[in-house]
This record gives sequence, structure tokens and C-alpha cells, in this order.
Amino acid sequence: MGALPVSDYEPVIGLEIHVQLKTQTKMFCGCRVTFGDPPNTHTCPTCLGLPGALPVANRRAAHFGLMIGLALGSDIAERSLFHRKNYFYPDNPKAYQISQYDIPLCRGGQLGDVRIHRVHLEEDAAKLNHLGQSGRIHGAERSWVDFNRCGTPLVEIVTEPDIRSAEQAREWLIVLRETLRQLGVSDVNMDEGSLRCDANVSVRLGGTSELGTKTELKNMNSFRFLERGVRAEVERQVELLRDGRSVIQETLHFDPASGQLTPLRSKEEAHDYRYFPEPDLVPLVVSEQMVADAQADMPTELPTERAARFERELGLAAGRARELAFRAELGNYFERALAGDGESVDPVALANWIPQLVERIGSDADPADSKVSPESLAGLAAMVSAKQVSRDAAREVLTLLVQEGGDPRTIVEREGLTALSGESDGLDEVIERAIASDPDAAEQVRAGNLRAIGPLIGFVKRETKGRADGAEVTRLIREHLEA
Amino acid sequence: MTDLLDLTAAQAADRIRAGDLDPRELFEHYRSRAAADELNAFTWVADQAPSAPGDGRPLAGVPVAVKDLFCTQGVPSQAASKILEDYRPPYTATVVRNLAEAGAPLLAKTNQDEFAMGSSNENSAYGPVLNPWDRRRVPGGSSGGSAAAVAAGSAPWAIGTDTGGSIRQPAALCGVVGLKPTYGACSRYGMIAFASSLDQAGPLTRDVTDAALLLAHMVGRDRHDSTSVEFPGGIEAPRAERLDGIRLGVPEELTGSEGGVEPGVREQFDATLRRAEELGATIEPCRLPHAPHALSAYYLIAPAEASANLARFDGVRYGLRLGGEADLVSMYEQTRGRGFGPEVKRRIMLGTYALSSGYYDAYYGTAQKVRTKISEDFAAAFEQFDLLVTPTSPWTAFELGSKTDDPLAMYLNDFCTVPMSLAGIPAISIPCGLSQGLPVGFQLAGPAFSEARLLDAAFALERAIAFDGSTARV
Repeated sequence: MGALPVSDYEPVIGLEIHVQLKTQTKMFCGCRVTFGDPPNTHTCPTCLGLPGALPVANRRAAHFGLMIGLALGSDIAERSLFHRKNYFYPDNPKAYQISQYDIPLCRGGQLGDVRIHRVHLEEDAAKLNHLGQSGRIHGAERSWVDFNRCGTPLVEIVTEPDIRSAEQAREWLIVLRETLRQLGVSDVNMDEGSLRCDANVSVRLGGTSELGTKTELKNMNSFRFLERGVRAEVERQVELLRDGRSVIQETLHFDPASGQLTPLRSKEEAHDYRYFPEPDLVPLVVSEQMVADAQADMPTELPTERAARFERELGLAAGRARELAFRAELGNYFERALAGDGESVDPVALANWIPQLVERIGSDADPADSKVSPESLAGLAAMVSAKQVSRDAAREVLTLLVQEGGDPRTIVEREGLTALSGESDGLDEVIERAIASDPDAAEQVRAGNLRAIGPLIGFVKRETKGRADGAEVTRLIREHLEA
Repeated sequence: MTDLLDLTAAQAADRIRAGDLDPRELFEHYRSRAAADELNAFTWVADQAPSAPGDGRPLAGVPVAVKDLFCTQGVPSQAASKILEDYRPPYTATVVRNLAEAGAPLLAKTNQDEFAMGSSNENSAYGPVLNPWDRRRVPGGSSGGSAAAVAAGSAPWAIGTDTGGSIRQPAALCGVVGLKPTYGACSRYGMIAFASSLDQAGPLTRDVTDAALLLAHMVGRDRHDSTSVEFPGGIEAPRAERLDGIRLGVPEELTGSEGGVEPGVREQFDATLRRAEELGATIEPCRLPHAPHALSAYYLIAPAEASANLARFDGVRYGLRLGGEADLVSMYEQTRGRGFGPEVKRRIMLGTYALSSGYYDAYYGTAQKVRTKISEDFAAAFEQFDLLVTPTSPWTAFELGSKTDDPLAMYLNDFCTVPMSLAGIPAISIPCGLSQGLPVGFQLAGPAFSEARLLDAAFALERAIAFDGSTARV
């Protein structure tokens, strides 16, 4: 096979997301779920794996699991089973993790453009701290185990391999986080580990449907690292294949500092988890009442539903609708601006101003915390629509609003940015000068080549310092040349 | 006044209630007997009596000996394993707590086969228990210490655990009463797990009345054990004098030549059937077609569960730790390699293999199907019979060391007891006579939660048999 450009390969990505549930108590015992407390202060015989201790499933965790299943449109199992997943490690005190295996709580479903494979309940491991250079247990001088986290309820969400780029992976995870946040089932904080993501990555030649050999990328603990990790792995795999080598199925650890991917365990050490049904627990039977209770606790509108409404009812483009709906704070700000009294404003025009605002306040900031009130953004958008201020000038106004707040109309007047129009403001005179300054372009426009109009518009904008509205200027130039 | 040793636990409780007996005196009587025990029946004996044992409670302060497998707060709970040597848990098993709250304080911890794996009590890291009827012989297992202690009169009563016969078989070999309740009747919380889907706590007592009294205060739903249930109905002191209208089934598969029942055992078993008939029972052969496969299924399911249950003994948090200065894997290997005895290792290996990828369906999966078939066999039999009866063990107590080199022969001890364990149904063993001076056990099994019926039938038979166990109490 000859060398092929990267673009001939198509990445195939599936995600496995672990979500710590915001229950009062742990998955199988009564210890409190906490974060950041002194080590080993929330433990009991069950979560320490003491001899004779038994698990009892947390009803609230099942409730949250059902809410997640409903939000993802999954099929809910009337009777699901817990299994033991056996492996030795100091963070795993029973030497098995109680998880779900052949009959998970939920199967199937979809979020946005990615299908869900399954959703199941399990328990978190303890936290290991290692003293030594390696930061890993091998080569550590000493290791400590903190069992506070041990037994924290987890929901594992596994997607189908429907994701086709690192960027899409990141964006989809943001939607999922927002959905989970709005369900109120988790803190979904990647820094604190309440949301964790592994990715299964393979590549294949575009147009083929067979899946390539996959690798598993572990614990990328931020959206950025997920995107970088997946991108790096896709590039690595494509390079391997282009060199005529093959991808080895393995688990990789992404080091965000170096951008390197290093194998976590080799295939020789591959685990046989010896799953079997957990005899200490009865099957999880989901009654109609439990489903009804989960349904009753669902928010009125989930992010994907909100995006659909923005598209359907407000006429927003699909991309813009998602952009606003998938970040609740943006959607909320947008809807407050829309609802604000004052001039009625075109939703599409208003929506286009939100990214402008985000660009100015920083991509992670909540616009509600900025000096720009929703009403003033709506006012600014309305002034642009009414051609009272040009788009370019409005951008300047927005920058000033972000800095000092206040009313956009006052700023427009103070800065002398009111839009110029036709005869009254001497715009006709500037347009005549523009035509005179570039007769070639004028001739081409007159001959019907509208693409040549650019330099003429640029002249006018320069001369008016952006106060003239682009569309109005175009209209006037054409009028002048064809008159 | 009668010698305290001649009183059953229920009789002693009556005396205490009547004000004729000081519970501290009773405690001290048994405490000193237990401390002087020469059978190696105990792994720990209380120093002194609690200040007010019983204190007006139903069990009146009659102390209980508890199998080492139960966790008892601050008291060694070692499952007779070196890996838990001197392990003192921070909590007490629900069943032991229930008994303490009902007025039965802890007298002693009893020796057993390591992690309840064995039928002769020769697998204890703390040495074998001797049979009080003949000290050259085994007491049975795994609850051998509890059975020997009750038989020898060094404890008024005791509790044990039964996974495949571990209460009933030692009860039979020591000439005491042993009852395995319906699975789920007693909480397993705090019982160091061997095979979670089979393990049940139960009483080992001098007579059927004591068994009923002790069991009544062991059962009940526990919020710490989701497989436990509220016991339906109550457990009263048994009163039946006759067995009129009771239909007893004798499973051909468990009483025929396959189980290798000894002639002396067969003789006592047949004699007991005749007594039952005299008491008004009808006796007919019945079929449990899948019962001959029970032992094979059991020796896949129980080790499989054990392989996971015993994986937690890794040297990290408690118990023995060896090789901790080196790397993690060598710590695991040395701790487990030297902490577990050979039978425990054998079963961990068996169970690990049975669950392995590629073998699961053939071994564990098939064994579970057999288990379901056995349950169905029992359900079908109980449509025609009230109770099923068999010898508890094919043999009487055998000589120490005589079967240790042949695990399969040892496993045959459980031939008649394992099917009931797999089906989760209750069964009781009562002494029905002697064969060459050694006790023979008679087993009665009933449908789930038929303990009251079982105890009544056992009580009527017990009166007719009039077994005398006093020769073992010296």
C-alpha cells in the first residue's frame, strides 16, 4: 500500500464515560460520598472490604441511573444484574469490583449524533497516592490508599463508535456533561474526577466499513486533553498504517505535559476478569413506579431538546442552536435577552451576537457574570437590525459594553457611531469619491461583475470609520453605478 | 439440684427465669469447661462472664459458642486461617448480635475447617478438633468445633455455618442436633464468606427444642444483607408427639448404593424410618433425578464463589502480610502462598479455573443449570411429600488422617447434604442411634421456610429415639 495522506483515513471513536453520582451515600454502604476530606474518614466494613461485610445497593443511585437512561432515550431493563469483576489491586479492597455485565440497567439510546451502547451502575475504586519519582505504584517508595472514594456510585456510559474526529469527541462530551449537569445527578467536574472519560480509537480507510484495531486511551481529565489525546492517537495510528505497520490493541496513557502516549499494560498482562453474577445482591428490579419517579425528577427540557426548539421555533441555524443550548449559561442568557422588554429583536440576529460576546469575555466565562446585561445586548442587536448602527460599529460598542457596561444607545451617541445613511449624512458624497478612486473596479461592477465591489466598500468603510452599514453601502454603490 | 451439665440450654434458661440459677454461675460453669477443653474445639474462650448475662431477655443469659467464621468485635475472628491470625474485627456479625441482644452472650469461638472448607475439621490452621465420642476420630466439619463443644458439654449450645453440610454432618458425627435454615433466613452479614449463594448460619444444640429456641433468635431480615428475608410465621418450641399424616419421601438417589452408605448407618436409618411409621408417618421412596450430580455442581459453584470471596485477603489492609517490602505482586504471592492452607488453595484454583474465560459456560454455567434442575426436583418431590429423609452422612466419624490424602473421598461426606444446600431449603440432622459406639445422623429436609414443620417432626422422632448423648460429656 502506498503512502496515503492523513485525510484518506477516517477515525472511528467511541467513548466510555464514568460519572460519579451525587448521592448522599456510597453505592453499597451507608458511608457519605465526599470530596477532599481527610483520608479514610468515610469508611466502614463494606467499603473497606473487611471479612464478612456485604453490599446493599443504593436505591438513589438506581434512581439517578434511570434518569440518565431516560435522558439518553435508552431501553430500561426491568431486571438487571450485578456482577463481580475480579482483579487484584490495592485500590480494590474486595479484589473485585461490583459492576453490571450482561444485563445492564440501560441499553441503547442516543445523544445528539452519537448512539449509546449501554449505561450501567458500578462502584468506584479507592484512591492511591504514591511516594516516589514515578507517580505510579511500580517504583514507588511507599503507597497509601485512601478509601473515602471507594464505593462511590458510578454510572458508566458507553457510546457506539459513532464519533469521527477528536473535535467531535470533545464537543459531544460537553453536551453529555451539560445533560448530566441539568439532570442534577453528578457534579460532572473533570478536575475532581466526577466525570472521567476513556476513548476507544481506531482508524480505517475512508469509505470502508470494517473497524480497525482499536486502542484504549485512559483518563483524559479535561475536554482539551481528550481532544489532544485522541488527535495524537489518530495521528499515531495513521502514521503506523502509512508505514505499512499495524496497530496493536493496547491501553494507552496520555501524558498531557509531553503529549506522549505510553502503554499502561501490555497484552501479556491482559486481565481475565472472570465475571460472574454477584451472589451477595439480588437482581435490580425496576418497577413502573421507579421509572415514574425518575421521569418526575427530569428537567423540563434537556440540552438537545432546547437546541431543537431553538431551531424549530426561533429559526436558528442548527450549529448556532446547539452552541447556545449545549451551554446552559449561554442558552439562558440568550433567552433572557430575547424575553427582555424594549425593542423586539430578531432571534437569529440576537443569537449571532452571543459568540461575539463570548469572544470578548473569554470562552469559559458566564455572560451573566459580565457587565453586559441581556437587555443591553438585545438593544444593541435591535439597533443593528434597525440600521441605526453598522455591524462594524456595533462590534466596537460591544467591546466598550464589556469593559464598562451601561446602555448601548448612550455609547453609540457618545462615541459618534450612529450609522450614516444616504444623502442626509453625506454618505452619497463618500460613495462618489470611492467610485472615482477606483474606476477599474467601478467599470467591472457596472459590467455585472459584483465580486469587484469589495475595494469600493472597503474605501467607504475606511472613510466613515465603520459607521456605514455594509449592506446599505453595497446597495448605494450599485445604485450609483447603474443609475 | 441436678448437675448443670445435665441441663439443656432451654432447661437452663427456664431455671434462670425461675430464679433457681444465677446466669453468671452457668456462664462460669461452661467457661471453665471450655477453658479446660482437650478436644481443641475452641480458638478463643471468654475471660469472664458479662456483668449481667441475659438480663431478663428471652435466652436468659445462656452463653453461646460461636464458630470462628463469625466476626465478633474485638475478639479474634480468624476463620481458622493463618491469614487472619489474631484478626479482631471492628464489628459483630448480625446473627451473633441478634443472639447477644436476645440474652445469649458470647462464651467462646469454635475451631473449624479453614474458611469452612472441609468435612473433618482437619483443615484448621489451629489444629484438628477431636471427636468427643472417640478422640482418634474426626468430629466432622466444617463446624467441627461447635459440634464437638456441644457434644462434650463444654458449651450449652453453639452456632455454625453450613455451605454444603457443614452444620449437619458434624452434628451427625458428634451426636448432636444441627439445623441448616432456608437460605436467606439468617443474615450473612459478618459471616466470613465461603460461598455466598450457599452459606447459612444455623444452630448446633443438644436437642431439637434448643435448636428451635436458638434459631428463633437468629433469623430475620437484616438491612445489611439484601439476600436476607423476614422469616414468615414464627418459630415456636416444637410440641408434636406423633407424625400422623406426615408423608416422608426417601430419595433413592441419596440412599442407594451410589452414596456408599455404611451398613451400620443404613441400619440406624432404617430403624428410624420404622419409628417414624410407628408415629403415624407414611414412608415411600421418591426420586431426585439430578441429585447424583449435586456434588459435581457444588464443587464448581462453591469454589468459584470462594475464589472471589477469598481474593480480598491480600495483605493490604488486615491479617497476614508477607513480602510487603518488595513489590506488590510478591506481597500478594507470599501473603497468600503462606497464609492459606492446601485445601483452601485447591478450591481457589478450582474456582478460578471454573470462571476463566472460555471455561465459564462449560463449568460454572453448567453447574448453575444443574442447580436449577435440583431445585426443580425438590419442588416436584414436595408436591407428594411433606419432608424428605436421608442419612446425614454416609459414614460415622472416621479416623483422623484416614481421608486427608483423598480429597474426592472426603468430598463424598457431603453427598446427602449438598443437594439441599444447592436448593436453598432447610434441613436438620438429629442423632438417631449409635453404630459401633459412634453416633449416626438422620436428616430431614423440607420446602423453603418449613422450619417449624421440620422441627416438629424432628422433635417427635427425637422423643421416640431417646438418644443418650451423655457418654460424650465427661
